Amino acid sequence: MSDCRRQWNREDELPVYLAGPISTGPNQRKTYGMFSSVEGAFESKTIDFENYAVGRKGSRTPRSGSRERLLDAGDPAGKPPGEAAHQDSHSNSPEEPDDAQTGDESEKLLIKGGRVVNDDRSFYGDVFIEDGLIKQVGENLVVPGGVKVIEAKGRMIIPGGIDVNTCLMKPFMGMQPVDDFLQGTRAALAGGTTMIIDHVAPQPGDSLLEAFEHWQEAADKKACCDYSLHVDIPQWDENVKDELEQLVQDKGVNSFQVYMAYKDLFQMTDSQLYEAFSFLKQLGAVVLVHAENGDLIAQEQKKILEMGITGPEGHPLSRPEELEAEAVFRAITLGNRVNCPVYITKVMSKSAADTIAQARRKGSVVFGEPITASLAADGSNYWSKNWAKAAAYVTSPPLSPDPTTPDHLHTMLACGDLQVVGSSHSAYSISQKAIGKDDFTLIPEGTNGVEERMGFVWDKAVAMGKMDENQFVAVTSTNAAKIFNLYPRKGRIAVGSDADVVIWDPDSVKTITAKLQQSAAEYNIFEGLECRGGPALVLSQGQIVYEGGKLQVQQGAGRFIPRKPFPDYAYQRIKFRNQVKAKQAVARGVYDGPVHDYTPMPKYITPAPSAKTSPTSHQPAPIRNLHQSNFSLSGAQLDDNIPRRSGHRIVAPPGGRSNITSLG
Amino acid sequence: MSFQPKKSSGRPAGDRVIIKGGKIVNDDQSFYADIYVEDGIIKQIGENLIVPPNVKTIDAYGQLVIPGGIDGNTSLHAPQKGQKPADDFYQGTRAALSGGTTTIIDHVLVEPGTSLLSAFDQWREMGEKMACCDFSLHMDITRWHEGLYEELETLVKDEGVNSFLFFMAYKDKYQSSDSQLYEAFTILRDLGAIAQVHAENADIIDEEQKKLLSLGITGPEGHVLSHPEEVETEAVYRAITIAKQANCPLYITKVMSKSAADVIAKARKKGMVVYGEPVTAGLAIDGSDYWSKDWATAAALVMSPPLNPDPSTPAYLTSLLACGDLQVTSSAQASFSTAQKAVGKDDFTLIPEGTTGVEERLSVVWDRAVSTGKMDENEFVAVTSTNAAKLFNIYPRKGRIAVGSDADIVIWNPKETRTVSAKTHNLTVEVNILEGLEFRGVPSVVMSGGRIVLEDGKLNVTEGSGRFVPRKAFPDTVYKRIKARSKMAEARGVPRGNYDGPVHDVISMTKSVPPTPTTRGPGCPKTMTGPRNLHQSGFTLAGTQIDDHIPRRSTQRIVAPPGGRSNITSLS
Repeated sequence: MSDCRRQWNREDELPVYLAGPISTGPNQRKTYGMFSSVEGAFESKTIDFENYAVGRKGSRTPRSGSRERLLDAGDPAGKPPGEAAHQDSHSNSPEEPDDAQTGDESEKLLIKGGRVVNDDRSFYGDVFIEDGLIKQVGENLVVPGGVKVIEAKGRMIIPGGIDVNTCLMKPFMGMQPVDDFLQGTRAALAGGTTMIIDHVAPQPGDSLLEAFEHWQEAADKKACCDYSLHVDIPQWDENVKDELEQLVQDKGVNSFQVYMAYKDLFQMTDSQLYEAFSFLKQLGAVVLVHAENGDLIAQEQKKILEMGITGPEGHPLSRPEELEAEAVFRAITLGNRVNCPVYITKVMSKSAADTIAQARRKGSVVFGEPITASLAADGSNYWSKNWAKAAAYVTSPPLSPDPTTPDHLHTMLACGDLQVVGSSHSAYSISQKAIGKDDFTLIPEGTNGVEERMGFVWDKAVAMGKMDENQFVAVTSTNAAKIFNLYPRKGRIAVGSDADVVIWDPDSVKTITAKLQQSAAEYNIFEGLECRGGPALVLSQGQIVYEGGKLQVQQGAGRFIPRKPFPDYAYQRIKFRNQVKAKQAVARGVYDGPVHDYTPMPKYITPAPSAKTSPTSHQPAPIRNLHQSNFSLSGAQLDDNIPRRSGHRIVAPPGGRSNITSLG
Repeated sequence: MSFQPKKSSGRPAGDRVIIKGGKIVNDDQSFYADIYVEDGIIKQIGENLIVPPNVKTIDAYGQLVIPGGIDGNTSLHAPQKGQKPADDFYQGTRAALSGGTTTIIDHVLVEPGTSLLSAFDQWREMGEKMACCDFSLHMDITRWHEGLYEELETLVKDEGVNSFLFFMAYKDKYQSSDSQLYEAFTILRDLGAIAQVHAENADIIDEEQKKLLSLGITGPEGHVLSHPEEVETEAVYRAITIAKQANCPLYITKVMSKSAADVIAKARKKGMVVYGEPVTAGLAIDGSDYWSKDWATAAALVMSPPLNPDPSTPAYLTSLLACGDLQVTSSAQASFSTAQKAVGKDDFTLIPEGTTGVEERLSVVWDRAVSTGKMDENEFVAVTSTNAAKLFNIYPRKGRIAVGSDADIVIWNPKETRTVSAKTHNLTVEVNILEGLEFRGVPSVVMSGGRIVLEDGKLNVTEGSGRFVPRKAFPDTVYKRIKARSKMAEARGVPRGNYDGPVHDVISMTKSVPPTPTTRGPGCPKTMTGPRNLHQSGFTLAGTQIDDHIPRRSTQRIVAPPGGRSNITSLS
């Protein structure tokens, strides 16, 4: 391992000294348009050139003073002292030391001497940031005075990570996770993730819009980094449609989660899924699927409880890998039939990942998201003698007991068969988990991982030589930005993008422990694992929020980032297929032969019992009808002249217009 | 085929016959020997047999002597949308015999809400009255509930039925949910029966049908468009998953597409006990004729799952059959006349589903697989007869040329060819889906229960001569592995000390929240309430006593909350 690390050192150092001189040459970096280096441009940027020529070592002494001041209480979490000393710090430009010293809140930053890594390529260049945006990228930038300079010392400058799957407010039986938007985003930033997309999780019967607003309010108050929101659809009925439309069109939500698991609670039947997929496709949204066969899980849970197995090992026993793979297969089939992009959240097993890969090979528009837990841990700990430890791993789908799973998933990430790394961060304290101490089905589901996410991808994929740094950026940030239509605002180091920038230190080594984590949970499922690679410095919206192991966040600084429907990355192919796939009837003469006598039977003989419908979706029919007929009269008259917006909601007036079914 | 004396067709015991000079082909080996048949049983096999005088001799020089075919899937009596098939037990078995099939297993379709036993009795009576060859019966269960257990038990233990079919298709009519399938499979495993499924995703089909009809597509092409291959594949995958969980053997009827066959092949490679059955139509033709300009031609092909429009499908299925990934061929015979099919002339969803195929089955397999060199003659016997006999537990009575086996024997002439036509076939329907196709390999002599029913191209059958063949539970081929796995697969809990740390308080303990649309504040954190604690502490006493004998682990940190341990009672 140490050999490996050293090689990284070498690779990183080489270019620092070599690339410096070369990159000043006239033939380099022509592609940056107005910011490309120009002969004779040196004169106007003495600051830059000074530092550049001196190299990284020379500038250390003057900087140390300022670092001490800024990092006062900074605890280089878990890092050996030697490594900590290598941390980047602000370097004051020789000319204007005073400005830079006060420049903690400075709007202008220059990251110098790093290797900019995007998903398509890497190059040496500087990054100039102003007003929370990246203003210039390239060599020999012309920057105004009063700029705080950050030395990247040849390390990687990558776009901040995007964690597309967190549940920071998802209630479980009325309980909130211990990590709320503040704790969760703090942890995210400490791990190099500068944006999260959280799941809004309304309960069946709740209004999606209200839930969304509730989430947004909480996040606006607490989140320290930019965020966006997925909305989970707890049940499918006509009333949901209006709200979905409004969410997509007015609220900037373009992704919705549906459940194939959680029987009698969130689970949808295939018919409902088909309808939901069709509807969401029209809206241009991405469908997220929690893929597990809920029917079978319910049966297995019953069986296993009957056998007297009540501990956390019952969780993986009742949710075997096959059930996940089966549901993934079914979700993809539905997606193909509807011609709708499908995004599988939480790919936890090899067979589920293989199913996705195969479907992609056949041309399906499907994306797969492994999570930190499945990439760094396996499910053997469900059998731990320590109840609390075993319970901490409980998440759905469960971690696969097969110890080769993490490697397999990393390989598939590296080759592009899986696209996005999430964390599914949803931390519950041990006492919360203990609700299920006598019945594993009551254990709140969720693991930590938002902080460790990028580190483990680096450690297990890049440092092992499976993945290159560009693919690393793609799976931790860019792909997510593309799928969810945040690109290129997020997920890229480019002029005009948000200044969510991470300086990544491939050499840092950190041992994960609950003591040093940002999360409020008292247990970390990666406890004791060593992880190479980590952020040295994190910028969120152009502000330094993490440096050398110290967080400096501002509660409520995070903005809600709205997302437009029809992301190109997911929908371009869909649109073309729509045009091609139009079905045509055969033009034939009318059949005029004899027709057998046919006693017209009702086509559907059997009523509900044989249908898969869960009781959740039943509507009390008779009472409803009365209301509907009443309402139609008055309601229609009121709105007759107003051109109706389809996403219209009616707030019930005192007289009791309580439903909105007849609007559509 | 020299001379023969008069046939005593009424005699149940059958003729005394010696078959000379043929090459006997079983699924494991071929050899030259003579066969002596008496009383409907094969009595002797060998050279220079000593036989009584006045025995009829059949000359089989240069031909193959194979066990009569077993067609594991016919529907000769099952009504569809209120209509009986055009070919009943008599017509159907007659056609079967003329094609070299001497045993059929017919599907008893039990309409929802009716008794399994009475349906079974009705079918059996009908079969005994009309069938010309031996038959056995599968039960199709259209609505599963726990109450069926007793009837199932009776059927398996007393009536000789060991296979039950469930529908994943036909939404709101016959469809079983995943939970129902799981329950049913568990029970079937305990009874030692085989689960069969009609694998198609009914929910998707239903939506697609609605969509197509709303697009104005009403012809038979709508059938294939609304039953795409993926829908079949998905259901096969799901059925296998469920069977795996329930540890129950599974038999997929009517494998019609490449991808569905692949799923079965893959599952078998992973060790699942699953069998796949392609049908005559799927092995012989593709589904391009759904787009035929002639409505009757297109409608004749309507079956579920539909024939695949991909023209390479038949060859692919044949290859999988040859390598053992698929095991059994059947016909899925269910013929409806054009007038009957025309009920759906304005709405493809009303077209009765089913094709011909019982007569041509053996010829199709021979022509497509053996004469193309994909399969040898032994494998041919296996997929047309022996495998089915083994799976459904009528081996070695059927499916083998051996002393003691039933004298269901076919003398197969691989050199002759025949051209299929509705004019010459032995069914009553006026359309044959294989019309005009030429197949190499035809039966020259067929013997059923010791009686010669086909000879010199003349069919001589007796209505009602077919016997019901009961089948015992726990067929070895299928259940040996299942039994061993049942023993191994016991899941065990982890013995650990009780968790006695703090437990977070929750208000509602019910997991399945009732569907009442209560307006819970979206995501509002519920705070703990006082009264609940009282109740919970009441439970604590009882709860701990159960587990008292288990030693506590001392290594756990115990953080005692001020109010004392609040415990939650166990559910089980």
